[in-house]
Amino acid sequence: MGHGRGGQSAAIIMAEKLLVKGLNAYFHNVHSLHDVSLNFDENRVTAIIGPSGCGKSTLVRCLNRMHEVVPGARATGEVLLDGENIYDADVDPVQIRRRIGMVFQKPTPFPTMSIEDNVAAGLTLNGVKTSRAERDQLVERSLRQAALWEEVKDRLRRPGASLSGGQQQRLCVARALAVEPEVLLMDEPCSALDPISTARIEELLLELKSAYTIVIVTHNMQQAARCSDMTAFMYTGNLVEFGETKQIFTNPTRRETEDYITGRFG
Amino acid sequence: MAAAATPSLRIATPYRYRKIKSDLMMSVTIAATIITLIPLFLVLGYLLTKGFASLSWAFFTHMPAPVGEPGGGMANAIVGTIEVVGLACLMGVPVGVGAGLYLAANRSSRFSDWVRFSADVMMGLPSIVVGIFAYAVVVRPFGGFSALAGSVALAVIMVPLVTRTTEEMVALVPPELREASLALGVPQWKTTLAVVARTALSGIATGVILAVARVAGETAPLLFTAFGNRFWSTSLIHPINTLTVQVYTYAISPFADWQRQAWAGALVLTAMVLALELGVRWVTGGAAKAPR
Repeated sequence: MGHGRGGQSAAIIMAEKLLVKGLNAYFHNVHSLHDVSLNFDENRVTAIIGPSGCGKSTLVRCLNRMHEVVPGARATGEVLLDGENIYDADVDPVQIRRRIGMVFQKPTPFPTMSIEDNVAAGLTLNGVKTSRAERDQLVERSLRQAALWEEVKDRLRRPGASLSGGQQQRLCVARALAVEPEVLLMDEPCSALDPISTARIEELLLELKSAYTIVIVTHNMQQAARCSDMTAFMYTGNLVEFGETKQIFTNPTRRETEDYITGRFG
Repeated sequence: MAAAATPSLRIATPYRYRKIKSDLMMSVTIAATIITLIPLFLVLGYLLTKGFASLSWAFFTHMPAPVGEPGGGMANAIVGTIEVVGLACLMGVPVGVGAGLYLAANRSSRFSDWVRFSADVMMGLPSIVVGIFAYAVVVRPFGGFSALAGSVALAVIMVPLVTRTTEEMVALVPPELREASLALGVPQWKTTLAVVARTALSGIATGVILAVARVAGETAPLLFTAFGNRFWSTSLIHPINTLTVQVYTYAISPFADWQRQAWAGALVLTAMVLALELGVRWVTGGAAKAPR
């Protein structure tokens, strides 16, 4: 993949890709994230779990400065991408979002665009000039990465909205991958999908992690246990526990974590 | 009927009663719909029968004939209407769409509320008042009636209509689409134009067409701005003829010949607006509809 990442060597290095230090987030006067600090490693899938309203979405949205696009929302603290604070005053959020891609809860193909135009949207909307061949190549590669190519290769000109929900979500993954981000944030990407589509997205995560840093917010604890390496448990805007997924699910150190993963609340 | 111990599934009377009520209300609404349609078909029917009879090729190619002389047409008025309305679009549509985009992006600020309120007030403004306004700010300073003054008056009428429909149509675009675009690293301005406004395009186009249809039929604001002209003129700084003013002049005249021409003029104007509407629907893809 671009930027000289991927390949075998990258799989061995476990670099800290994103480092969150003392992050606080607010909506108007509501303090929704309290002093959160954690790190996301390269080539790993980190799951963020917790009950509704605990701040998991807010946390991932702070990681590519999408939190602040909602009126009244702001964040303080530091998020270091390769050691550089994305909240520094002279950092352009637009540049950050090109390096840190995002897939949302609901599939959001652009309704005016065909399947291939949706995939290439990140480039065309950003005014990147590509030849027809380069573009076709990019579309195919991204759709293959998102495990959608075989299903849509004969109807690339059809509207993106003509696909099923699960296919639309994989189209959104392809669209996010086409801009060659370094980090992929997924905010409950499977909550609107059926079990088969969910399984496909999960397989995808395991394939993609060799080249990306992946953060996935999920309501589904089985999903977190199945496909993540690290798990962060959040509750009422606080990061309660963060560690290896295996440890969190088998031997949590905090009482709240244990209560949540055993289904006593949430 | 014997009283049953358990409630029967077939309680006949209340159901029948509800059914009758439902049918009754349905008939009322159907009747209301038909009553709504009657004037439309009467107007169109009248227009077609009266207008077609006086329509000829010469109507489109000839200038108005002097009183008593048979024949003549409204060539100058047709071109004048296109010119005045077209220029009004050039002025009014960008302003209206721009303001609508602003309102949609800033739904709840004090300033937006104020702009929205002003637009609503302006929509209720009698068009003759707008004509007086254009007279004061364009005709007087420039020292005469002009096509430009007529266009300004029509643009003033268009702006609030276009603003409000643009806002409504853009607000219907799911916010998730905007976020999806921003998350791809697309700048805000590009997101607004290429994703949000593009998705709402057919709705915005419908709003623009409704505004065009509205102003193309305006007579009052043109009476003392574009004024009317019996001669050929396409100059922006001179009085210009328009279909509505020509129809008005001919319709109140005592001459049967002119009155017939007024019918033809009304028919042509209606046909022009209809053609424009169909054209835009075709260009923006199928039936104009709200974005999904």
